This record gives sequence, C-alpha cells and structure tokens, in this order.
Amino acid sequence: MKKIRAWIIMGAACMAVILSLPEDYGAVMSYAGAGLMQFLWNLIPVFLCVGLMDVWVEKEKMIKIIGEKSGLTGKVLSLFMGMLTAVPIYALLPIAGLLIKKGGRISNVLIFLCSSVSIRIPLLLFETSALGWKFSICRFLLNLPVVLVIGCAIERVLSDKDIEDIIQLLLR
Amino acid sequence: MNRVFTMFLYALAILLLIVSVYKDRDKTKRGIQKGIWMMLGVLPYFLTIMLVTGTALIYLKPDTIRQILGAESGLRGMITAALAGTAALVPVLAVFPMVSELLRNGAGTAQMAIFISTLTTVGFITIPLEIKYLGVKAAVLRNILFFLAAFATSYLLGVML
Repeated sequence: MKKIRAWIIMGAACMAVILSLPEDYGAVMSYAGAGLMQFLWNLIPVFLCVGLMDVWVEKEKMIKIIGEKSGLTGKVLSLFMGMLTAVPIYALLPIAGLLIKKGGRISNVLIFLCSSVSIRIPLLLFETSALGWKFSICRFLLNLPVVLVIGCAIERVLSDKDIEDIIQLLLR
Repeated sequence: MNRVFTMFLYALAILLLIVSVYKDRDKTKRGIQKGIWMMLGVLPYFLTIMLVTGTALIYLKPDTIRQILGAESGLRGMITAALAGTAALVPVLAVFPMVSELLRNGAGTAQMAIFISTLTTVGFITIPLEIKYLGVKAAVLRNILFFLAAFATSYLLGVML
C-alpha cells in the first residue's frame, strides 16, 4: 500500500514537472533518466547482497548473543550487526523491539539501531561512490564514537523502572 | 575509482549468489525476491527526488545555492540543512546523487554532512513510531542527542576536508 502511494506521488511529480515547465521538462526528464541508469547500475549488486544476507542471517542466534551479560563482545557484535543491517528505520524499529523483548541489553540494542541508521556499511558504499572516500571515511570515523556514546548514555539515563516500562510496552 | 568500486560490488554479489545457490536454491530465490522488492520500494522515492532536484537545478543557480548552503553560510546554513534533514523522510540512498550535485554547485561540506547525518539519524516523522518500540524517554533522547551530535561531527568534517 505504502509502495503504491510512493509510485502515485512519483507519477504526480512527473505530471507537475511536465505541466509547470512546458519548455524545460525535457532537460529535467533526461536528468532523471541519467540518474535512474546510475541508480540501477549501482544498486543491483547491493540489493542482491542485502536480500541474500536477509535470508541467511538467523534472528534467534542474533538474540542470544547480545543480552545483559554479553559484555564487550555484545557491544562489538551489536555494532557490527547494525553496520551490516540495511533496512529503513521503520523496519529496524520492530527488530530493535524484538531484541529488547527477548532480553537484549538496552545499550546493545541502541548501538545496533544507531549504528544501522548512522554508519551502516551498505550506506558507506553508496556514500563513497557518490561523495568520495574522504568524505565518507571522515564521517564514519566521527560518527562511530557518537553511536557508542549515545547508546550507552541513554541506558545510563534510563532508570530500572523506565526499562521495565519499555519491556511492558513491548509485551502489550 | 567509482567504477572499480561498483565492479567489486558486482563480484561480491555474484560470489554470494553462487554460494547461496549451492547451499539452498529456495532460500536464494527468496533472497533475490526480497532484494528486488526492496529496490522497487526505493525506486519511486528516488525518481521523485531526481525530478525535484532536476527542476530545482533549472531555477537555482549555483550562486543561490552557495548563498543558502555554501561554506560561508556558516551556522545558519547548517541549521537550514539540519532542519531539512530532520523533517525529510526519504531513503538516504536516493539523496546521495543530489548531495554530490549540490557540492559541485557550491554547497558547503559541513552543510551537506549535517544534512546526511540528520536525514539518517534523526526523524521527526518517525518519532511516534519510535516511541512505540523504545518508550518516550529513550526515543526522544535518541533523536535530540543525534541532532546535537550532527552539529559537532559535521563542523569537524567541514574543518577536516
């Protein structure tokens, strides 16, 4: 449903361009067309990799390894899991919720969530191809500590009752 | 550089595909289907953005962009970019080409970095959804902290590059 809406919006944008720029719409269309070719050429291998990873990486195993007692290993694993998970935030949140419900430590789940939105590797690959490796490597190195600090800081601020409330919220 | 990079991705995808087919045909099929659906999910957003940018580039001259988001636009430009990134809900993949186009047309590095950072980490529209899974406190804190951190990291990035 959501997908259909996005296509409708796209169609409307297309019509709007043609109607509002009767003279220049050709230039806009060829610009968009060139962008589309670039998009397909770059994204086909990535979506293949992501789709296959999605099927092969098991959820149950992920849940076991990032619990309360997982320590530093849990943190590092959460970080890498996040960096390798490439789904939009509205798909990530249910995963994060599931991880918390199954006993994942809050800071680990937050590190997972934040590293996925901020410094995921597939994203870095695209960023590099569009903006150059200098830009993306610097942004990565700057954001890595930010993700870790924010993940741990939020856990610090939350009281035991807050965490209990989150779990209750998820069980409901 | 970019071409080598894309080639590497193709090689990786083909390798994964071969291993996957060898291990389990059905799972491979599902994986490929998932990949295609994900791609079709991003495609309309991408095309819409390309249309909007294409139109904007007809109207916006490099000078105007430089004024609003240029390196000299300083904090004001960064705030504009940060608010735009916070409000927008589009896959970041779709905006990279636009950002690189803007950079070529005179936008500042720090301004573009903060746009990407806030677009990826802070979501005004997704906060209600986030609250459902993380509770009010954690969700709101997470967004505020990332919004502030984006200023620090992007400022540093602008200085470094």
